[in-house]
Amino acid sequence: MKVLSEDRTRILFEKLTKYITSITTQFLVIYPNKVHSATKNVTKVFFSYFSIGVNVKLLIDRPDGTYCFREKKDRVYYISERLLQLAHTVKPEHLISAGTCFGKFTKTNKFRLHITALTYIAPYAPYKLWHQGVVVLTMSDVPIGFGVAAKTTAECRSADPLATVVFHQADIGEYIRSEDTLT
Amino acid sequence: MGRKAKFDETKKVKKGPGRKARKQPDPIFRKELLDDDEPKKLSHKQKQRAAKRVKKRTELAEKRKALKEAKKNVAKKTEVEVEAGSDEENVKGFTDDNKEWLKPKKAQKAKKGKPKQEESESEDENQGSDDENEVSDEENEGSDEGVSDEEVDSDADVEPAPKKGKENYKYTVKMFMKSVFETNNHYSDDLFQDSDAEPETGDASSDEEGDSSSKIEYNSDSDEKSEADDDEDDDMLPIEKANLKLKKRQKQDKKLADEEMQINIAKQDVFAFPSEEELENPTSLQDIHQRIKDVVTVLGDLNRLKAEGRSRCEYTELLLKDLCMYYSYNEFLMEVLMQIFPVLELVEFLEASETARPVTIRTNSLKTRRRDLAQALINRGVNLDPVGKWSKVGLVVYSSTVPIGATPEYLAGHYILQGASSYLPVMALAPQENERILDMAAAPGGKASHIAAIMKNTGALFANDANKDRTKAIVGNFHRLGVVNAVVCNYDGREFPQVIKGFDRVLLDAPCTGTGVIAKDPSVKTTKDQKDIQRCFNLQRQLLLAAIDCCNAKSSSGGYIVYSTCSILPEENEWVVNYALKRRNVKLVPTSLDFGTEGFTKYRQHRFHPSLKLTRRFYPHTHNMDGFFVAKLKKFSNPEPVADEDEEGEKKETEESQENGDAEPEGNSEGSDTEKKAPVKRPAQTKESGPQKKKNKQEQQKLQQKENQAATANNKKKKQKNKKNKQNKDTQPQPTSGQPEGENVNQFKQSKKTKGSNDKNEQKTQESVKKTQKQNAQSTISDKDTLKKNIQSPVNDTQSPGRKNKKKNKKRNAPPQSNPAQVTESKPVASPVNSNQGTPNKNKKNKKGNVSRQASQSNDKAQLTESKTVASPVKSNPVTPNLNKKDKKVNASTSKVSQTKAFVKITETLEKKVAHKLKNKNKKKQIGQLNANKGKQTKPGQGVGKKFKKN
Repeated sequence: MKVLSEDRTRILFEKLTKYITSITTQFLVIYPNKVHSATKNVTKVFFSYFSIGVNVKLLIDRPDGTYCFREKKDRVYYISERLLQLAHTVKPEHLISAGTCFGKFTKTNKFRLHITALTYIAPYAPYKLWHQGVVVLTMSDVPIGFGVAAKTTAECRSADPLATVVFHQADIGEYIRSEDTLT
Repeated sequence: MGRKAKFDETKKVKKGPGRKARKQPDPIFRKELLDDDEPKKLSHKQKQRAAKRVKKRTELAEKRKALKEAKKNVAKKTEVEVEAGSDEENVKGFTDDNKEWLKPKKAQKAKKGKPKQEESESEDENQGSDDENEVSDEENEGSDEGVSDEEVDSDADVEPAPKKGKENYKYTVKMFMKSVFETNNHYSDDLFQDSDAEPETGDASSDEEGDSSSKIEYNSDSDEKSEADDDEDDDMLPIEKANLKLKKRQKQDKKLADEEMQINIAKQDVFAFPSEEELENPTSLQDIHQRIKDVVTVLGDLNRLKAEGRSRCEYTELLLKDLCMYYSYNEFLMEVLMQIFPVLELVEFLEASETARPVTIRTNSLKTRRRDLAQALINRGVNLDPVGKWSKVGLVVYSSTVPIGATPEYLAGHYILQGASSYLPVMALAPQENERILDMAAAPGGKASHIAAIMKNTGALFANDANKDRTKAIVGNFHRLGVVNAVVCNYDGREFPQVIKGFDRVLLDAPCTGTGVIAKDPSVKTTKDQKDIQRCFNLQRQLLLAAIDCCNAKSSSGGYIVYSTCSILPEENEWVVNYALKRRNVKLVPTSLDFGTEGFTKYRQHRFHPSLKLTRRFYPHTHNMDGFFVAKLKKFSNPEPVADEDEEGEKKETEESQENGDAEPEGNSEGSDTEKKAPVKRPAQTKESGPQKKKNKQEQQKLQQKENQAATANNKKKKQKNKKNKQNKDTQPQPTSGQPEGENVNQFKQSKKTKGSNDKNEQKTQESVKKTQKQNAQSTISDKDTLKKNIQSPVNDTQSPGRKNKKKNKKRNAPPQSNPAQVTESKPVASPVNSNQGTPNKNKKNKKGNVSRQASQSNDKAQLTESKTVASPVKSNPVTPNLNKKDKKVNASTSKVSQTKAFVKITETLEKKVAHKLKNKNKKKQIGQLNANKGKQTKPGQGVGKKFKKN
C-alpha cells in the first residue's frame, strides 16, 4: 500500500470526476515526500491543486473518518485511514486486499474503473451527462454497471430495440466472470 | 400398464383379445366390510314385498297404540325398565311375535321426541330397515363366508338381535385371524368409514340408527347395543349418544389392533445370520439394505433376537461391512462413525448424508433487507421461505426458475449462497460494532462477510486464509457484498499471532475432514483415513492455540474465540477444544445457540472437561443442516505461561497425555498409525512444541541478553576450563570436521568434565528415562546404554575433541532453558565461546578457531545427511549442529522441554536469516518431534562411529 504519485492522483481524480459530477472544485493534496506525515495523503492543506468533482471530495472527507486512495500493484484501493493503519501490520506480500478496490492503472498509465467501485460512484452519478460516463440501473434502481453513453436522451427514446445505448465498461456480472482480475 | 382395480364399477374395463389372456382377478372384498352408503334400487318384487310390510306395520302400530294407552297408568321409569328387560329377553328368543315389542318402542321414542313426524318416520324406518336387510341378505348369500341362513333371516326381520351382532363380531375376528393380509386393508377401510358414518347416525334420530345398524353386520353389534342404551336413557342428547358409541367403537378397535399386533409379532421372522458364502457373494444392494435393517433390529434387542452362538461383535461386524458396501464408505470411517452414533441413529445419519441439504441464502444486511430480497426473488420465480426463527437473515430456497447464483440481486450483492450451518459460528461469535475481529480461515468469505454485515461495516475485520488462490474468492465476495472494513491477507494461521494480536473476537472455522458435509463432497467417504484425521486435528490444535493467542482477553466487549468445524468427529472437535483448555487461559462459555445437541464429554476412552457440554453439535439427520460443531471460548487472561511455566506445563501435558493416552512415547510415533491411540499421542506433543516456539521467539532477545550477561559472569571461570578442554580437543581438529553430530560426544564430554554435575544430570536423565521407559522400553534402554557408554568410555571423547567443543558451544547457548544441570555443564564447556555468544554460531565456531569453518559446514552437511538417513523428514535432525546437540541431549535425557528451550536459544544466537530458516525447519521438525527422537534413539544405540562412517 503506497501513496499514489502526483501524476496518478490527477488521472484518478479526473476519471472519478467524469463519472461522479460535473461541478469541479479545487482540492489540495499533501504528499508524504513533501510532508513528514506518511499517513495522510489527502488533507485540506494544499500542496498541489487538483480540480476534482465536488462529489469526489465527499468520498474523501466522510463523516465517519478520512478515507484515502492507496496503490498496491497498480491497483487503487479506497480505504479508511484507520483501517489502513491496521493493514500496515500485514506484510505487503501477504496483503491481498484492504478496503475497496476502485480500479487499476493500465500499462499505459490510464486508469480503469473496476466494477467494484460501482457502490461508491452510483449514488453520485448524475444521469443526465450524456456521452460521458453513466451508471446503468435496473428498473428497481439497482445499479448494474457503468459505461459511456452512445446516444443522447432524445435519440434513446426513438431508438430501435437493438440499438446500442451505452458502451459497456463494467457490469456486476464481472464479480463472477472475472473474479481473479478484480483485485 | 398397471393393473386397474375396479374401484369405479360404472366404468368397466374393456375386455377382449388385446388384453392379457391371464389376468389377475379383481380383488375380492368381503361384503360385510364393504359399506353401502346408498341403498340399492329395489326390484319390482322387492317393492311389492316392501309395500306389504308397510301395510302390516301400520296395522301393528295401531294395535300398539291401543296397548300403550292401556298401559298409560304405569310410571314411565318402570316402563322403561320393563321394556329394556324385555328387550334383552327378546334377544334370545326372537320370533315374529316380538315384532310388536320392538316396534312400539321405537314408535314410542319417536312420539316422545317428535310426535308430529311419528307416523311418517316409522314408515320410513321400516321401509329402510327392510330394504337394507334384504340387501344384506343378498350380500351374505353372495359371499363365500358362509353366514348362516338363519342369521340372515333374522336380520331380515325387524331388527337383528345384539347376540347376533356379537356372533358376527366373533366371526369377523376369526376371519381376521385367518386372513390377516387380506383383511387388514379392507378392514381398516371399513373401520374408517364406519367411524365417519357414525356421527351422522348419532345426530339423526334413533330410528335411523336402527337402519344404519342393519347396513353392516359388523356395525350392527354396537349399534344395537347403543340402541338399547338409547332406550334406557332417552333424555340423552344426540351428542352424548354419539359419544358413547364412539367410545365403544374405539374399544373394539383397540381389541382388534392388539390381536393384530400379536399375530404380526408371532409371524415375524427371526433374522438368520448369513452364511459365509452369502457374505462372500453379495446378491444385490437391496438384499444388503434388508440385511442392514434386520441386523439393526437384532441389535436393538440382542438377547431375544440373536441367533444361537452369535455375539454382538459378529453382528456389528456384519453391519459394518454391509453399511460400507451399501453406502460406499471405507471401513475406517464407518468404524469411527459407529463409535459416535448408536446403530439406529447411524443409519439415519448415513441416509441423511446421501441427500443434499436445502439450498439456503443469506441476506446481505449491508445492502438490503430480507423482506425486500424475498419479494424481489419471488418476483423472479423463486420459491423460498425464511430458514427459521433462529435466523433473521436466512432464506431457504425450495425451487427456482432462474439460476439462484446469477440473478441481478445476487450480482448486486444482496445475498450470498451459504449453508444454514454456516450462520451458526458467526451467531455464536456475536460480533459487535467497532470491534476488531479476525477470521482465521476465511475463504471463501461467507462467514467473514456475515461478520462484517453484523458489524455494519464498522471496526476492522481481518480475513485470513492460508491458500492464496482462495483469498481471491474472499476479495470477490467482499467487494460484491460491499464489505469495506476488511483487510484480506494470506498467512498461515499459525503465524498470525506474530503478525497482529489484540483482536476482540476471533473466529476459527478450522479446516477439517468434512465428515459433516458428506452430502456435498462424497469423496470424504472413501478418501479419509486415520492419518488424515491426525493431520487435521494436529493443525486444528495449532490453529486454535494461535487463535487464542491472537485474542485480547482485556477487550472490554470481547475476548471470545469461536471454534467451529464441519466435521462431526470428536477428534477434531471436543478433543481439540479440550486440548486448548489445558494449554491456554480460556474457558468454555455457552454458544447462545438454543438448539443443537450438546458436545461430548466422554468419547470412547477419553474423558473431556465437563464444560464441553456447552459446545454444540449439529447433525444432518436431526437438524437438517450440515454436520457442524461450534464451541465458544472466552479468554480470561492474556499472559501466556512464562518459560518456566511452559516447561512445567509441558511436563504436565506430557504426563497428562500419557495418562490420557494422548501422547505416545517417541518410539510409537510412526509405527502406531494403525492404532487409534497412536494418533492421539502424537498430536499432543507436537502441539506443545508449536506454542513454545512462538513464545520462544518472542523471548529470544531477552533470553539472549540474559544469557550474555550470565555468560560473561561465568565465562572467566568457564573459559579456563573450556580452554583446557579445547586444547585437549583442539589437538585433534580433523575428527571434529568429520563428525557431523556431536550429540553423543557432547554428552560424553560433559559427563567427563563435570562429574559432579554430571551425576546430577545423570540422575535427572535417568529419571526422565524412567518416565520415558513407560512409553518406550526399548528406546530408554538404548538411551541408558548410550549414557553408560558415554560415562564409561572416555576414549570416545578423546577421539573427537573438536566435536565436543562445538557441542559445548551449542550447549552454552541453550543453558538457561535446559535443566540446571545441563546448563552448568554447558557453561563450563562453552565459556570460551561466550564472548562470541552474541554472534551467530558459525562465528563462534570460527572464533574457536580449532574448528574450521569448513569443518562446521561439513558438520552441517553431515547432520543433514544424517537426518535424511533417519528417514523422518519432518523430524529430521536440525540443520544446525546446535539443533542436533539438543536432540541428542533429548535422547539422553528424553526431556522434551529442555529440547525445545535449547532450540529457542540456539535459534536466537543464529543470524536472522539462519534463524528464520531454522525456525521454519524447527517447526516442521517439532511437529514430527517424536519421529526425530526415534531416529536419534536408534542412532545413539548404534554408536558414534557408525554415524561417522555414514557421513
